[in-house]
Amino acid sequence: MRDVAVVGIGMIDFGELWEKSLRTMWAEAALAALTDAGVDSVDMVTIGCMSPGLFAGQEHLASLLADELGMAGVPAARVESACASGGLALRMAFAEVAGGLSDTVLVTGVEKMTDVDGADATFALGTAADQEWEGFHGITFPGLYAMLAQVHMQRHGTTSEQLAAVAVKNHANGLLNPHAQYHLKVSVEDVLASTMVADPLHLLDCSPVTDGAAALVITTVEQARELGSERPMVKITGSGLATDTMALANRNDLSQLDGVRLAAERAYAMAGRKPEELHVVEVHDCFTIAEIMTTEAIGLFDPGFGASAVDKGLTSLHGKIPVNPSGGLKSKGHPVGATGVAQVAEIATQLWGEAGQRQVEGATIGLAQNMGGSGGSSTVHILEVAS
Amino acid sequence: MSVGIVGYGAFIPRRRIKLEEIAKVWGADAPSYRKGLQLHEKSVPGADEDTVTMSVEATRNALARSGGVDPEEIGALYVGSESHPYAVKPSGTIVAEAIGATPALHIADLEFACKAGTEGLFLAQALVKAGEVKYAVGIGADTSQGAPGDALEYSAAAGAAAFIFGNDEDRILAEVVDTYSWTTDTPDFWRREYMHYPRHGSRFTGEPAYFRTTMSSAHGIMEKTGLEPGDFAHAIFHQPNGKFPMRVGKKLGFTQEQLETGWLSPWLGNTYSGASPIGFTAVLDIAQPEDLVLLTSFGSGAGSDSFVFRVKERIEVARDRAAKTREQLDENQIYVDYGTYAKLRGKIRMAE
Repeated sequence: MRDVAVVGIGMIDFGELWEKSLRTMWAEAALAALTDAGVDSVDMVTIGCMSPGLFAGQEHLASLLADELGMAGVPAARVESACASGGLALRMAFAEVAGGLSDTVLVTGVEKMTDVDGADATFALGTAADQEWEGFHGITFPGLYAMLAQVHMQRHGTTSEQLAAVAVKNHANGLLNPHAQYHLKVSVEDVLASTMVADPLHLLDCSPVTDGAAALVITTVEQARELGSERPMVKITGSGLATDTMALANRNDLSQLDGVRLAAERAYAMAGRKPEELHVVEVHDCFTIAEIMTTEAIGLFDPGFGASAVDKGLTSLHGKIPVNPSGGLKSKGHPVGATGVAQVAEIATQLWGEAGQRQVEGATIGLAQNMGGSGGSSTVHILEVAS
Repeated sequence: MSVGIVGYGAFIPRRRIKLEEIAKVWGADAPSYRKGLQLHEKSVPGADEDTVTMSVEATRNALARSGGVDPEEIGALYVGSESHPYAVKPSGTIVAEAIGATPALHIADLEFACKAGTEGLFLAQALVKAGEVKYAVGIGADTSQGAPGDALEYSAAAGAAAFIFGNDEDRILAEVVDTYSWTTDTPDFWRREYMHYPRHGSRFTGEPAYFRTTMSSAHGIMEKTGLEPGDFAHAIFHQPNGKFPMRVGKKLGFTQEQLETGWLSPWLGNTYSGASPIGFTAVLDIAQPEDLVLLTSFGSGAGSDSFVFRVKERIEVARDRAAKTREQLDENQIYVDYGTYAKLRGKIRMAE
C-alpha cells in the first residue's frame, strides 16, 4: 500500500441554509478544499451522501456534482452508509490512492436536510434503521438511542446528568468553531429542562437537522511533497471499516457498540497505534449517549467509564484526551453525509495546528470515528503528523 | 390634505381554549410549547361567529368611534381574510348590507394569508387619498384554521379589526404618514382548493419567510420616512405566536415598552388577517396625540405592508365610544374543552 496524505480541507458554515441547494453547498466545500490543497484537477471524486432522494428529490450525485464543478468526465462515485456515508467516502478514496488506482482524490460529503419538514426528515433518517424489524413498528432514531442509553444506565449507572455533560462540553467547544450551527452555551440544567424526546434523551441530548458539506483532498506522499505546503505532512495511517447487526434486537449486548470497536481495532492495527497514544479525537455524537458509547468502543475508556470520563473533564478541550473539539455533531451540526468528512477535516486542522482557539496543543496523532444508524456501520480513521 | 383613520374597532370572540387543553389531547409537551411559542390560550369563534359576523361587529365599533360617519358615504369596503365563509360569493357584500353601506360602493374580498387585512387598509387609504371615495373601510378578519395536532392548532384563533379612512381633518384620529410594501414569492404556507387546513414549510416559515419579509418591510418604511425605532411610541408586528413579534421588534431595535401594547398573541393567538390590525386597535385605545405608530403586517407567500400613523387629538374622545380591545381580550371569557372546540371549529367530520 502507498502512504496517503491529507493536503487540503474545505468546510462551509453548517446551518439551516435556506439560500443554498445541495449542489451549491457541495461545490463551495469542494472548491474550498481544492483551493486549500492548491490542486486544480483530481483523478477521482467520492461523495458521501445518505439520502438525497428523500431529502432533495435528487439521486445520481456522482454525475451531477462532477458536472457542477466543471469536471464532467472525471471518475466519480457516490457512496452511502447512512450517517457513516462521509467516513465511507474517505475509506473508498483512501483505498483508491493506497492501492494505486488514483493519485489524488477529492473526498466530499454533503446533505441537504431542511428542504423537507420534520416528519419527512424523520422518515428519511429512519431508513437507516432496519425498517422491517424496527422502523415499521414505529420507532425512530431517538427511540433507538434511548434504548441504548437505558441499557447503559442500568448496566453501568450512567446518569442523565452525565449524558447532559456531553452536550455541555460539546457546545462549549462549538462556541470556538466558526463553522458550527449552534453557538450556544448550555448548562446541565438547560439540557435536563429541555423537552423530553425519548426517555432519557432530552432535546439537547440530540444532534440537530443540518444542511452542510465538507471536503478533503488526499493524495500520495510524493504528490503531497511536490505541492510544497508549509504545513506538517499529515498522513492517514489507519482506516477501519466494520458493520454490526442492523436491528438492535439482534445484538448480543446493547451496552456496547461492537461495529465501532471492530472498525477501531482494524484502524489501530493498520496504524500500529493504541488508544492511549491519541492526542485528539472526533466521535459520532449524534446523541449524547453515542459519545459515551463510542469513546468506550474505540478504547479510550473501559466499558462503563465513558460517562465518568466526561464528568471528570478528561474529554474536555484541555483534558487528558480531548473529544470533539469541533463541537461534535451536537453543536457543529449533523448534515449526515457530510459529518464523516467534516470530522476528518477537524482532525487534519488540529494536526496542522490551525484550529485557533480550539487548538489541542501539540496534537500529532488523531482519530475520527463515524457511524451509521444505531451503529450498524462504522468507519475509523487515524491521522498522524509524519515524522 | 391629510388622510387618516376616522374610526376603528375590534371584535374578539368570548370563547377561549388553553394551550394545555390542546396539548393534553395530542400528548404534546405543553410547557415547551408555552415557552417555545410564548402562547397561553387563544380565542375560539362561537357557533354563530364567522369572518362576516366578526367583520360586522368590528365595523360597527369603528362607526361608533367615527363621530357620525354616514354609512351611505362609504365608497369602498374591503374584507381581508383567509376564512371567507364562501369560496365563491363575497363576504364584503354581507358586511356592507349589515352596516347600511349598500348599494353605491365598491367591494372586494382580499386574500394574502395573514396580510389580507392590511391590504384592505392600504387600498382604503389610497382610494381616499386619490379622491375616488369619501370614506373607505379596510377590515382584517379570520377564523383561522389549524389542522388537528399541527403546531398551528396552538395558535390559530379568531378576531377582526376594522378601520374607516377619510380626509376630513376634524374627524381624523390617526393620520397616515406613509406606507411601504415588500413582497417576494416565498411559499412558506399555503392552502389549495378543497383542502380543509393549510400546510406550511415548518421552520422555513421563520427566518426566510417571516423574519426576512417583516424586517425588510420595516426597514423599508423607516428608510422611506427617515424615521428610526426611537421615534415611535408603539410598534405592532404580525404575531403568528408570542415569540416572533417580540423577536423581530427587538432585532429592529424596538424596546419591550414600544412593543407590548400591541402584543396580544400570547392570550389571543394568531388571528391571521386580524392579527396586526387588532394589535393596532389596542394601541389606539391608549395612544397619545402626536404619537408615531408603526404597523407592519406579514402574509405568507410572502409579503408585508408597513404603515406609519401619527395619532391626532380626536383619539381622546373617540376611543371611549366602543368596547376597547384589551377589555374584549381580558374580560368575560368562556373557556371551552377540546371536544367543544372541535365541534365549534368543524373538526368533527362524518364519513360521507
